[in-house]
Order: sequence, then C-alpha cells, then structure tokens
Amino acid sequence: MYIYNEQDQKIIEQRVAQFQGQTDRYLAGKLTNEEFLPLRLQNGLYIQRLAPMLRIAVPYGLLSSAQVRKLAHITRAYDKGYCHITTRQNIQLNWPQLEDVPKILGELAEVQMHAVQTSGNCIRNTTSDQFAGVSQDELEDPRPWCEIIRQWSTFHPEFAFLPRKFKIAVCGTEGDRAAIQVHDIGIQIVKNSADEIGFQVLAGGGLGRTPVIGSVIREFLPQKDLLTYLDAILRVYNRHGNRDNKYKARIKILVRAWTAEVFAQEVEDEWEYTKDTLGRLTQEEIDRVKGFFTQPPYESLDNKISDEELAILAENNIAFGKWLQRNTRSHKIPGYTSVTLSLKPTGVAPGDVTDSQLEVIADLADAYSFGEIRATHNQNLVLADVKKSDLFKLWEKAKVSGFATPNIGTLTDMICCPGGDFCSLANAKSIPIAEAIQRKFDDIDYIYDLGDLSLNISGCMNACGHHHVGNIGILGVDKKGAEFYQIQLGGNAGSDTSLGGVLGPSFGESEVPEVVEKILTIYIEQRKGDELFLDTYRRIGVTPFKESVYPKDKKISNMHKDQGLKHA
Amino acid sequence: MPKIIKDTQIVDDSWIIIEKDFSGPLPLGKLLLPMQYWLDNRESLNLMIAGLWIDSDEAVELVGHEANLFPLIAVNFPAFTDGRGFSIGRLLRERYSFNGQLRAIGNPIQDQLFYLKRCGFTSFDLKEGADLESALSSFNDFDESYQGAIVPPEPLFLLNSSKNN
Repeated sequence: MYIYNEQDQKIIEQRVAQFQGQTDRYLAGKLTNEEFLPLRLQNGLYIQRLAPMLRIAVPYGLLSSAQVRKLAHITRAYDKGYCHITTRQNIQLNWPQLEDVPKILGELAEVQMHAVQTSGNCIRNTTSDQFAGVSQDELEDPRPWCEIIRQWSTFHPEFAFLPRKFKIAVCGTEGDRAAIQVHDIGIQIVKNSADEIGFQVLAGGGLGRTPVIGSVIREFLPQKDLLTYLDAILRVYNRHGNRDNKYKARIKILVRAWTAEVFAQEVEDEWEYTKDTLGRLTQEEIDRVKGFFTQPPYESLDNKISDEELAILAENNIAFGKWLQRNTRSHKIPGYTSVTLSLKPTGVAPGDVTDSQLEVIADLADAYSFGEIRATHNQNLVLADVKKSDLFKLWEKAKVSGFATPNIGTLTDMICCPGGDFCSLANAKSIPIAEAIQRKFDDIDYIYDLGDLSLNISGCMNACGHHHVGNIGILGVDKKGAEFYQIQLGGNAGSDTSLGGVLGPSFGESEVPEVVEKILTIYIEQRKGDELFLDTYRRIGVTPFKESVYPKDKKISNMHKDQGLKHA
Repeated sequence: MPKIIKDTQIVDDSWIIIEKDFSGPLPLGKLLLPMQYWLDNRESLNLMIAGLWIDSDEAVELVGHEANLFPLIAVNFPAFTDGRGFSIGRLLRERYSFNGQLRAIGNPIQDQLFYLKRCGFTSFDLKEGADLESALSSFNDFDESYQGAIVPPEPLFLLNSSKNN
C-alpha cells in the first residue's frame, strides 16, 4: 500500500494544525457557525442528531493492521467503543466530542490517516474495487490511479468550494465492483486497439434525489493525461454547475441539461488549453506510485492440493463449508483466496464493528494476509491474500469474534445507512428495518436458496444506503411526521447497472418484512432453474410482484395512496 | 482608509468599487468598474484610473486577453462558498496572462487565503471586521501542495523530480 514520505506526512500534520486553529477560533467565537461549517465538513465533521459524527478517510478502502489498531484505540478513547464502515469505504465515529476532534486527527496522522474531504462540497474519497490487485479478471490494478487521484484532489486550490460534493470511482475489471456508473466521474481502465492501457471516462452518474447512470464522455484517455483531463471536467463543473439550488447542483444535472455530447465537448475544449501543461503526469511519477502496489511475497503453492484439503474440511464441517461458499473468493495466485469478514450478523447495525473486533481483525491480517485489510462499499471488511491452507484456522477465530456469518452477497448482507437513529438528514430509521428483515429471514438454507441478492436501505433521498441499485431497495420517507418505507425493485450496481423502479405506495415499519417475503415468494415461484432474483425480475417485470403485494380485491390498512417519491 | 491584505502585508486601500446598478457620472478616484459597465462604455473611458471587477457568474472570456489593460482586476465572491472565483482567477493568469494585481472581494474568509494565493490572487479584501493579523498566518497553512496551480505552477512530483535529477 502507499506509504507516506516526509512531504505527505507534513501535509497531513499541517492539516491537523490548521484544523486545531479553526476549531479554537470557532470555540472562541471568532469564526461564525456559517464559516466553520464547510471547514469542519472538509475534515469529516458533521453535527448530528445526538453528537458530532466524524468520518475518517480510508483511501480506496485500504488499511494496514497498524491503522486498524489505531482505530480501535480511537473508538475506545474518544467514542463508545465501536465505529461504522460506510458505503464510501470510509469509517465513521458516531460519538466524538467536538473539542476532541483535532486530537483524534492528530492520532490518525500518526498512522498516515486523516479525515480530509470526507464531506463537504469538494472532491471526496476516491473509491475502488475491494478486490483490486488480486482479481483474476483485472486488466490493471486501479489502486495506483486512485492514489494519484487522491494526491491531486487533496487540497486542490481551485476545487475546494464546488457547487456540491463530487465522487470519483476507478475500476480495473470488466465486471464493475466499484459502481462507477453511479459516480460523478467513473473511470474504467481499458485497453485500446494499439494495446495501450488507458481510461474510459464516464461523467454525470449519481444516486441521491435524482438517480442517474453516468454517460461515457471519452472512450480512451491516455494514462499521462488523467489529471489534466480531470482538471478540465472539474473546471467546467465548478464554473457552470447550478449553485442556486442544492438539489440541482450535482454534475449529473448539468450533464443532463447540456446533454452528454455537449458536456463532453465543453470538457474537450477546456482540456485543449491544459493538456500539455505542467500538470501532465510523467512516467516517473506513475512508476513511483505503482511501486507501492507491488505483490506481497506470495508462496508458491499447489492449488489442487489446497482445494482437496478444503473439500475434506468442508465435508466434515457444514458450517465451515457454508462460510467457504459465501465468504471466500477466487484469487489470481494459486493456493490463495480473498476472505470477506461479514459485518452483518443479525442484531448488529450493518457495518458496525467494535474496538476489540478491530484488534482481532488486525491480528488476523498480520497472521494471514500480509497485514492488510480492505473496507468494502458493501460495509464489510476483506482479508485479500489468505492462503487456502489457513482458512480453517482463520474461520475458527473469526467465528469466535462474530464476523464469520456466512451471508456475503445474500439477502441478509444488506447495505444500510445509519438512518434516523443517528443522522440528522434522515427521514426514517433504517437500522431497525435491517434488523427486522434479518430476524424474519433467519433460515440460512432459505437465504442460500435465494442466492445472490442485494437489499439496500436508505433512511432518506440522499441514498447513502444505495437503495436505487439494490435488487430490492428500501427508502425511508416521512409522511406528516410518521416514518414510511417505499420499496423499489430491479436495481443493480454491477457492470449492467440499473436503477430500481418504485413498486407502489409505501408501508409502515412493521409491514416491511412481510412485504419482502411476498416479493421473495413470487421470485421463488417464477424463477427458472437457478435464475437469480434480478434476472427473474428483468424477465417477468414488476406486475406479478405488484399483484402480490397490492392485491386488487383487498384493501390493505395503513396503506398510503400517494406514491411517496414526490414527497421528501 | 480601509485595510486590505496585499502581497501578504496589511495595507491601506483606496480603490472604490462601483456597483453593477450604478448610473450617472463616475466619482473621482481609483475606480473598480463592473465588467459589464466597461464592456458597454469602453470607448469613452480613461483606463488610467480604472480597475475591473468580475462577478462569479460572469464570463471572464469577455475580458480575455484585454485583461492587461487593467492594473487591478477583482473577482467577487458573493458568498465565500461560491468557488467559481477560484477558476476565474486561474483563467485570468493562465489563459489570459494577466500580470497585474488580482484581488478577491466580497466575502472571502481567512481560511481560503492559501487557496486563493495558489490560484493567482495577490490581494484580499476580507469582510469588515475580519482579523487581518490572524488572517496573515493562513498563507502558511501548508508548505507543499500536490497539484500545480499559479503558485507554484509545478505539481509536487515535478518539483521532486527536478530535485532528484
């Protein structure tokens, strides 16, 4: 992973000093609330319902065991002993004290971490595929490019006060695991006809109030031109994005208003001026950053022997077999695998992890995965480089600490935002909905029979829980002070990204698990062979689901007639 | 006389900002004219005494290479969170080679001075009552920057590369 040099370290330490000064001025009444707001947001600090919330950056989700131990210490010393993995691969503290935040940032800087630009109207943490560098289907490791973008975007003097937040994702595989089509900029690593590696660039995607799938604005961008081209996109957006209405301020609205063709041309025109300036990347710099993402010292192993041993263990231990089936994944190196530690056991808020669990995870990473951990946008943690021969030991230890629930990619591996329990933006709670669904569907065989199925929950239109791209999406809405839930079907975040369609009128909290059950029953009745939920939905359409959930001859009590979508 | 920050010093300033809806004869003194006023009246104006100010939603392209007719161009930040002025400043310097005084007016705050300086601004008219002594310290928030801008024009990787070679 990328290791700071003295300059990187000094930049982060000076940021801590800067924010200490800003906090002091604020507490002394020398900075107004209005002025402090964007400054604290650009250090990840929100003022929430119950306490401030601090969002710590995890660039493209990559963590070292030392960093994870530091996070464990911070949650214990400054918070209530747990933290939360977000859908941007970041980490959130729910209960820090405002005056402690500069101290927390100081502690983070000791392990090359920070909270820079994790919120506010600026370029946010660049995200990527949690299996970057270990996937068999990868054209090139996206992480060096994420790091190059991280450095370019950090304290960019021109783009710190954009119309709205700005998110970039990079993907190095054909199958998209970084949801690049729903980002302000999506970067797909591609190879052109001359066999050169470069980038296909998408712009104008995003979730939130107006979900949009991004448009390709450049089919092939040479590597060295990455930053000057990004500068051109950002400059066009900074100058022309809507600043009068925050709900129309994301780049997607501009791209849609201009059309993707016009937007692309504006970017090309701007880029003409800047493409050959000093900002152009050099091979030396690309090589320098790539040098941090070399392969760890893998052993040379016999894959066949490892697989045979695992098969015997799985046969003798059904629980281990299930975990193997759902929570491990193929690896480009023979004899190795990637393990997902589930942060979705029933009864725990999805993505939450305690201080002592973090320490166990750090130990497991040191023992079995070269000391590295990855946060995923599905709110789990990954040990990416585990020897298959270590899996049984790893599983036993993970099980004791509560993160071996064998549910990765299934219904109960939900994406869920903190919702109304914590977030002051939320219209409705989301964690209790997730828990009610997990409790309703506690039969692991039933869950396995359903197969790959994503259920995403957001407590409001801001869509932190990515409900638009869940196969089943649940959106919390507020109706005259009461919390209701709208169901969407057919969303997907893969390479064939699609946005879910609203099923119909919304439901009360207690009705949601039953409605999900009806939806699943239709799927089970109608599926052909081992067809996945999404494929069945795409084949049969929404009508059978609608007819089951909203029978015509029966009036459902508590049901609201309006469509919910318009309202928030 | 009002105080501003110019070239990282606190100095007196006598430029008079002419509002967009101004009509009638111009007052005497060093005048900062609204961009559109200059475009409309340029034939009859004596530019020896005039600077120009550009609002955040105006097209700096309309001034373009004529920027150097002015000893001073100001860019308005109607709200400090309106970041269009950063791009306008860079465009004046990079694209139109403006080499006069570039001033941030309106509502820029202390915590933006480092970024403003990097985007080519050399003077800063902060809101009334701002603690200018305190503001001066913000120019030194960071010793190094990753990206090139106006100050310095080279990204960090180029600076390091020339140091190493």
